[in-house]
Amino acid sequence: MNKKKIMSRIVSILVYALVAVFFIWAISNSYFDYIFSESGTFLHLLKQHLQLVLVSSLLAVVVALPVGILVTRRSFRRAEWIVSNTVNLGQTIPSLAVLALMISILGIGFKTAVFALFIYSLLPMYRNTVAGIDSIDENLIDAARGMGMKPIQILFRIELPNASYSILAGIRTAVVLNIGTAALAYVVGGGGLGVWIFTGIQLFDNGYLISGAIPVTLLAIFVDYLLRLLERKIVPKGSKPPQET
Amino acid sequence: MDKWMKFLEVNAPRIFDLAIEHTILVGLAILVALMIGVPLGIYLTTNDYLAETVLQIASVMLTIPSIALFGIMIPVFSIVNQGIGFVPAFVALVLYSQLPIIRNTYTAIKNVSPEMRDAAKGLGMKTSQRLLRVEIPNAFPIIMAGIRTAVVLNIGIGVIAAYIGAGGLGVLITQGISRGDNYLIISGSIAVAILAMIADGILLFIQKRYTPKSIAN
Amino acid sequence: MITFDQTTKTYEGGVTAVNGVDFTVDKGNIVVLLGPSGCGKTTLLRMVNRLETISDGSITIDGEDSMSLDQIALRRKIGYVIQSNGLFPNMTIEENVMIVPDLLGWKKKEKRERFNKLMEMIGLSGEKFGKRYPHELSGGQQQRIGVIRALAADPPVMLMDEPFGALDPIIREKIQDEFLQIQREVKKTILFVSHDIDEAIKMADKIVLLRGGEVMQYDTPSEMLVRPKNEFVREFFGKDRAIKSLSLHTIKDLQEVIGLVNVDETIEDTITIHIRHDLRNTLSMLLNQEADQVIVVDDDDHRLGAITIDLVQKYLHFEIKAKPTLVQKG
Ligand SMILES: Nc1ncnc2c1ncn2[C@@H]1O[C@H](COP(=O)(O)OP(=O)(O)OP(=O)(O)O)[C@@H](O)[C@H]1O
Ligand SMILES: [Mg+2]
Repeated sequence: MNKKKIMSRIVSILVYALVAVFFIWAISNSYFDYIFSESGTFLHLLKQHLQLVLVSSLLAVVVALPVGILVTRRSFRRAEWIVSNTVNLGQTIPSLAVLALMISILGIGFKTAVFALFIYSLLPMYRNTVAGIDSIDENLIDAARGMGMKPIQILFRIELPNASYSILAGIRTAVVLNIGTAALAYVVGGGGLGVWIFTGIQLFDNGYLISGAIPVTLLAIFVDYLLRLLERKIVPKGSKPPQET
Repeated sequence: MDKWMKFLEVNAPRIFDLAIEHTILVGLAILVALMIGVPLGIYLTTNDYLAETVLQIASVMLTIPSIALFGIMIPVFSIVNQGIGFVPAFVALVLYSQLPIIRNTYTAIKNVSPEMRDAAKGLGMKTSQRLLRVEIPNAFPIIMAGIRTAVVLNIGIGVIAAYIGAGGLGVLITQGISRGDNYLIISGSIAVAILAMIADGILLFIQKRYTPKSIAN
Repeated sequence: MITFDQTTKTYEGGVTAVNGVDFTVDKGNIVVLLGPSGCGKTTLLRMVNRLETISDGSITIDGEDSMSLDQIALRRKIGYVIQSNGLFPNMTIEENVMIVPDLLGWKKKEKRERFNKLMEMIGLSGEKFGKRYPHELSGGQQQRIGVIRALAADPPVMLMDEPFGALDPIIREKIQDEFLQIQREVKKTILFVSHDIDEAIKMADKIVLLRGGEVMQYDTPSEMLVRPKNEFVREFFGKDRAIKSLSLHTIKDLQEVIGLVNVDETIEDTITIHIRHDLRNTLSMLLNQEADQVIVVDDDDHRLGAITIDLVQKYLHFEIKAKPTLVQKG
């Protein structure tokens, strides 16, 4: 019994050690120096990166959730099939291609990147909204209707709270994915920390690579953690999270 | 339409070669990921503490953006002079595949009903026999679902790998971007989408074909 | 009072689930809809609160045509209990029970008082369970909560679709008793779906026996048992319907007609039974205990005499089977 615990402890210590070794190695090779020597640029890129993610994610939430809610209404059930398949098809297109194709429509720049990120965030948000609402036991809705709840009351008091776990998980997935995809915004001239990563690749400059890649990584991990905390706060205690597979 | 025909006439062989390159990169990465992930997932069912730790690590790994992971790997692998090209891409894909494969293997084996396990024990099966004849066959569809997730994920990430010189269909898109050639971008995207659909279709077929009839529902 | 007048339901696919149903549920009565699976019980029930539309005919509630009423207002005046309790997992027990009062805009204090009163009725502590979530309760507890949730805003009418169907037999009986106790107090007009004959006999003031969407017989349980109108009703209640009818009579009924026997003081094992116990249970107790007699007591535990298998048999013969009105074929 205890042996198992010790083993798990050893593995996590090893991983932490590996991460520590990496950071020591990177620091001792002064790979993080650009963050300090060019701190103005760094902060500018970071701000751009956050703006890209924030604006596109917010837009996606504002569009994907209402659409997901709409197609799960009784009278719109038939539209669900069409919308879901369109959105699914959209996802098979690589993120890089979505960005690239936007250039020919919107030209180069921040807006293009935001729009591409927005398009790319729709799927996880939409899919999880629909799945969350669909997974609610039909009997619950029946009971609610039988009690004389109005459709809008059923939506806000029953459907959304019980789907909230799934919906929030969709938002989290999309936002975290977005942080990564925003690093590709460089290719459409959208700025962000990807600028340093790509500069690093082109110049074989490990300093730019690390100074760009590590902050993006930490940002993704940190935001993921933060949103998970938020989920735990918001999701009503009684509606259990579905098992992940 | 005419322009497209002309484009394809010139580029079809190249697209095909790049698709093969892409397939090899992803295929090899998945094979290695399977050799690590499935045994690990099975082993984890015997140690819940370790399972939690490993699944957590794998899940953090999956949140690392692909371009950032490549960015980190280039300096690390350049220590052994493999900074650019196949090796870092391959390693990244193996890492990204771990979460879906380990997690699905783990949950699938965990979910094999205790009665079934007891029955197998009662019949006098050894642990290895039990794994091969009872647990893995019953867990098969869920493990396959994990593999499918990993493959589709990797085909997408493989596109980005073009930026670090790993080849594959991403080359069409990156070239398209730098030359401002939409034909290249679109043909590359469609090829990637088709590749993902074909791979998923084949794996789904295998999953259906080899799932024990009694548990397929 | 609920009146069905030639009520008919034809589903979109063309299935006629309910066909020209005519009957009246009197105020304060429990009417049980009984019949084989697919005979239209649920459909008929759900037409009352308009979860299903009425294709033809009408349903009148307290003299008002249900179609003329506002759908939402109508439903809030009708309690609705379903088999899978339908408790909302995102709400605490208190929030669940108080949902209709909440929709109706009750004050906080009123709600709290009402909640505690309802919980008291089912013997659970409002204090202890109020803040819990549905999944933290047992199946039986959840079902009880489902029942009091329907009672919360004191609706005059209740619709119950196999409310105790998912419970194991022992708990089911307990909850049935408890519910009858509550009904004695609240006197609701209740339409109750069941496919369990024993449950129907126990709960019903009157039974509607349905087949293929049509009423086969509408009568009190005892009438239906002793005077089935047709072969279907006879078959449905089965050969042991005489024994089933015992559950409609208590020891007190027996005492009044043929009296009890004296207590045999030589027997050491003295099992006692309350005088208001029904005869069917008494009989099975006698059979299970392998006791020759069981001592009958009243509220104050006074011994009134003893009951034996012989006595039950005699009563069955005289009172139930041999009533002059009873003419049985075959
Ligand atoms: N939504 C529907 N659409 C079409 N037909 C339906 C629908 N709901 C029920 N039916 C049909 O109507 C008939 C009556 O169904 P209903 O659910 O009322 O039966 P029931 O008596 O409650 O049965 P059970 O005891 O199994 O619950 C059945 O033949 C059923 O198949
Ligand atoms: Mg029914």
